[in-house]
Amino acid sequence: MENLQNLVTEALAKVDQAQDVQVLDQVRVDYLGKKGVLTAQLKTLGKLSNEERPAAGAKINEAKQQVEDAIRAKKAELENAALAEKLKSESIDVTLPGRGQKAGGLHPVTRTLQRIENFFKHAGYNVAVGPEVEDNFHNFDALNIPAHHPARAMHDTFYFDAQQLLRTHTSPVQIRTMEAQNPPIRIICPGRVYRCDSDQTHTPMFHQVEGLLVDKKVSFADLKGTVEQFLRTFFEDENLSVRFRPSYFPFTEPSAEFDIQWASSKTGWLEVGGCGMVHPNVLQASGVDPEQYMGFAFGLGVERLAMLRYGVNDLRLFFENDVKFLEQFN
Amino acid sequence: MKFSESWLREWVNPSLKTDELVAQVTMAGLEVDAVDPVAGEFSGIVVAQVVKREQHPDADKLSLCQVTDGTDTFQIVCGAANVREGLKVPMAKIGAVLPTPDGKGFKIKKAKLRGVESHGMLCAEAEMGMAEQSDGLMELAHDAPVGQDIREYLNLDDAIIEVDLTPNRADCLSVKGLAREVGTLNNVDVKPLNIEVMAAQINDTLPVTLSAPQACPKYVGRVVKGVDVTATTPLWMIEKLRRSGIRSIDPIVDVTNYVLLELGQPMHAFDLAKVDGGINVRMAADKEKLTLLDCQEIELTSDTLVIADDSKALAIAGVMGGEHSGVNTETKDVFLEVAYFDPIAIAGKARNYGLHTDSSHRFERGVDYRLQNDAMERATQLIVEICGGQAGPVVNTEDEAAMPKEATVELRAQRVVDVLALELPASEIETMLTRLGMTVTANATGWTVNVPSYRFDISIEADLIEEIARIHGYNNLPVTTPMAALDLQSEPEVITPINTLKQFWVSRGYQEAITYSFVDPKIQKLVDPEIDGLTLANPISADMAVMRSTLWVGLIKAAEHNLKRQQSDVRLFETGLRFVPNGDALTQEPMLAGLVCGSRLSMGWTNGSEKVDFYDLKGDLEAMLSINGDADYSFVAGEHPALHPGQCAAILKGDKQIGLLGALHPVLQKQLGIKTPLFVFELLLDEVTQGQLPEFTSVSKFPEVSRDLAFVVEESVQWAQVEQVIREQAGQSLTNVTLFDVYRGQGIENGRKSLALGLTWQDPSRTLNDEEITSSVDNIVTKLAEGLGAQLRG
Repeated sequence: MENLQNLVTEALAKVDQAQDVQVLDQVRVDYLGKKGVLTAQLKTLGKLSNEERPAAGAKINEAKQQVEDAIRAKKAELENAALAEKLKSESIDVTLPGRGQKAGGLHPVTRTLQRIENFFKHAGYNVAVGPEVEDNFHNFDALNIPAHHPARAMHDTFYFDAQQLLRTHTSPVQIRTMEAQNPPIRIICPGRVYRCDSDQTHTPMFHQVEGLLVDKKVSFADLKGTVEQFLRTFFEDENLSVRFRPSYFPFTEPSAEFDIQWASSKTGWLEVGGCGMVHPNVLQASGVDPEQYMGFAFGLGVERLAMLRYGVNDLRLFFENDVKFLEQFN
Repeated sequence: MKFSESWLREWVNPSLKTDELVAQVTMAGLEVDAVDPVAGEFSGIVVAQVVKREQHPDADKLSLCQVTDGTDTFQIVCGAANVREGLKVPMAKIGAVLPTPDGKGFKIKKAKLRGVESHGMLCAEAEMGMAEQSDGLMELAHDAPVGQDIREYLNLDDAIIEVDLTPNRADCLSVKGLAREVGTLNNVDVKPLNIEVMAAQINDTLPVTLSAPQACPKYVGRVVKGVDVTATTPLWMIEKLRRSGIRSIDPIVDVTNYVLLELGQPMHAFDLAKVDGGINVRMAADKEKLTLLDCQEIELTSDTLVIADDSKALAIAGVMGGEHSGVNTETKDVFLEVAYFDPIAIAGKARNYGLHTDSSHRFERGVDYRLQNDAMERATQLIVEICGGQAGPVVNTEDEAAMPKEATVELRAQRVVDVLALELPASEIETMLTRLGMTVTANATGWTVNVPSYRFDISIEADLIEEIARIHGYNNLPVTTPMAALDLQSEPEVITPINTLKQFWVSRGYQEAITYSFVDPKIQKLVDPEIDGLTLANPISADMAVMRSTLWVGLIKAAEHNLKRQQSDVRLFETGLRFVPNGDALTQEPMLAGLVCGSRLSMGWTNGSEKVDFYDLKGDLEAMLSINGDADYSFVAGEHPALHPGQCAAILKGDKQIGLLGALHPVLQKQLGIKTPLFVFELLLDEVTQGQLPEFTSVSKFPEVSRDLAFVVEESVQWAQVEQVIREQAGQSLTNVTLFDVYRGQGIENGRKSLALGLTWQDPSRTLNDEEITSSVDNIVTKLAEGLGAQLRG
């Protein structure tokens, strides 16, 4: 039996020394195989008495088990090492740039408009669009700006002939919507508008977004609430101060301009848009009975909002389409 | 409108500080653009008199003066040319502080100038911060009290307030009107101006004829004889004019300007001697000539109202007087005009002649049509006070029928509540409106309101509600959220949102561009020579004069901009309208267009520097067109003058052409001076967004069968032709055709190409057997050979 213990010690030492799976397998065959030395020990049991046999058998099995466990453990160890080696050889430089097309981006005006459209769409407004080459009726007359009106001259209108012009605001879309659809109406009208004016702070084309709500019961308080909420949502500032100043637009009455509190402005306030209750003449011109329905409208310059939001300092950059500028909004 | 605060306070004086007053009127809709002190911050300057002037012993241009402040006499060295004995001037004494731009102030000390001691300084207006620059010392009036602090004497603790009035508020283009507004806002009384009627001292009159009564229904005239035009305008008037931005000219003109500012009534003075016969207010004859006060000769048009005498036009009514009949130093007798001109008759006229005057500004917006007689009396009184003379009777010529009528407006109390969401006490509303000059009579539903003759902007109920809101303060009105039914919006599934398409191009590496809708006519013509673009009558510049008929024009310009700035790889897309004239009609269609040039992929370690080509852009388009579920798109050889004739595809949806794709024509590239080949596309946006609902077909459980084939065809045979034959012959079970190689070169005859393709069949209900596939392939081979001369390869 001492021999058995020696055999186990010897086997364990061989397992421990094995450097690869083949050697280890040879150890298994040498000790535990059919002709293995430990297996051969079982044959010695026949020489023992019936009383001795069970204890001796158990001992041999225990020795076999011990070697078997060691081989299994060693095998796992060797396999893990081999895998680690393989993985190591397969490692790459993950900091190298990826393959394929890089992404482009939306124009900052689109990006701004999409946000605004989303705010209002979620509140039940529809987006309405219309032609950019307009007629006097939709751009002026229907908006209560008759031919001799001083406001008409103030609009710096681009004309093609006596009838056709480039819309100076997106308000004609409001008229066209009211002509085509019965109240209640809740729309916002984004789009290009044109004024014959060009300097550091004016481009002859820019974007406006206007909102219109016409329903049975609409008040100036609703207008104030809508504009205020919009500006706070846009600038993501719940405490943004908004103020309303009386102003004049032929198509609204009462009319207001609205300012936001802005630290870098000289007066502490910055004008961002105009609004008012839709003038009864405008409702009438669009086929809506002003005694039955009321409405409010508001409008803002999109580039101006984008400039404030992203800190752009020159309006003209929006239309140069310089990739170095555009990519900043990707 | 610019005015001095102290002038306003003579009329109405609420207990508000300057900044409070400014904030108040701004928030009432009279937006204050600027508040400037009338003079700089200074102290220690008094009214003084030069008692003696000698030449400085050592300097030609300096004077040695003895100047008194009434108590002491000071020796002062002065360099001004207009210094003389007896002159009253502002004197800065030792210790006085003069204004400096940095606000720190400049202290006057005893000094030696060329060896002579100077105990103070005589001042020009600029040195006191009253003018940008001055030409010599400020000359004070003869009766200026020597020794009085100049700030007190000139009333310099005052501010110039500039309000930017909206065009509806013509009633505030005067101190009187502003005072009325401020009185209403503060609920305080405005001091009335007592205008005395000046009785006629002479009988001279001029006959007046109103030949265009709609344009001029009222004309008040008066002769004043024996005026001294060389008299000096009093300092108080000069200062008030200056603070309103008007320079003193002569006392007659100064008085007319003063009345314009004070009451808001423009008026004009003619040299009586230059008027031939009587006054006729008529429309100008076409091409009638008139030399204006500013000495420019203009040719009148027949829509212009003029003031004429028996032989000629004297002035453009309500805009500007003529040079010939203007008052000058020789003038002895004047004819004063105070008229009411209809705003519509005056609107735009000044602008047509390149003019803009204080007069036209007011008449265009509306001048109080009950103000003329008051203004005449006020002006006569001031002229006679300053220039002497004797006034004739006031001749009031009026066409009653053509005069405007006062509006009467019904105001419903409930409507006020509905619009403002606020219930105001009736008495408050009545007070506001009354202070604004309205006559308010209560009735069963609210009030009947008579609108005064100076409020051209009030004709309906909403106008009155605005007044109430304004005076109450917009920011004191309630804020609510609109209430509406929670209806769901229709959202057709077959319409792909434009934003989804835009996002597609962004993912494919394109930057969205926004280019001007008006473009350079030369480039427009090069790109789209068959279209006569819609041309602007008044473009802002020659290179923005015609509306684009294709978005390519702007995109090419944008590409050029970037290529010039070392950006060799440019990928842009844009959406927007194109404008295509069609006879008298105009089509404005939303388009989606794009442009690509440079490398296929940006330079990197994984890829070479292969250039983009037609198929890159086509691949992007095919992917985009697959978004909306409509598979009925195809590409066929097409043509467009801007595109390479051999690399241009028309994009079809069904049978309709919805767009184009291609390489820019090399000749056009050369004309534009762009070396890098540009590839462009343009599509009708509505055709792209309109798609189809997906329709389910069951997925087959039976195995697929594949065959690879290669055919050799003539170069001129197009893939689409080959594909069509295959699809016709391969039977219903064909599920896919893939072209996996196009080969030219060794083993293939010159002028021919080999097309290698893979076919896949699958039947939804059974396993296909070899025989049927072989038979299909045989059919394909036969038909391709028959129809297209295709040879099956090896």
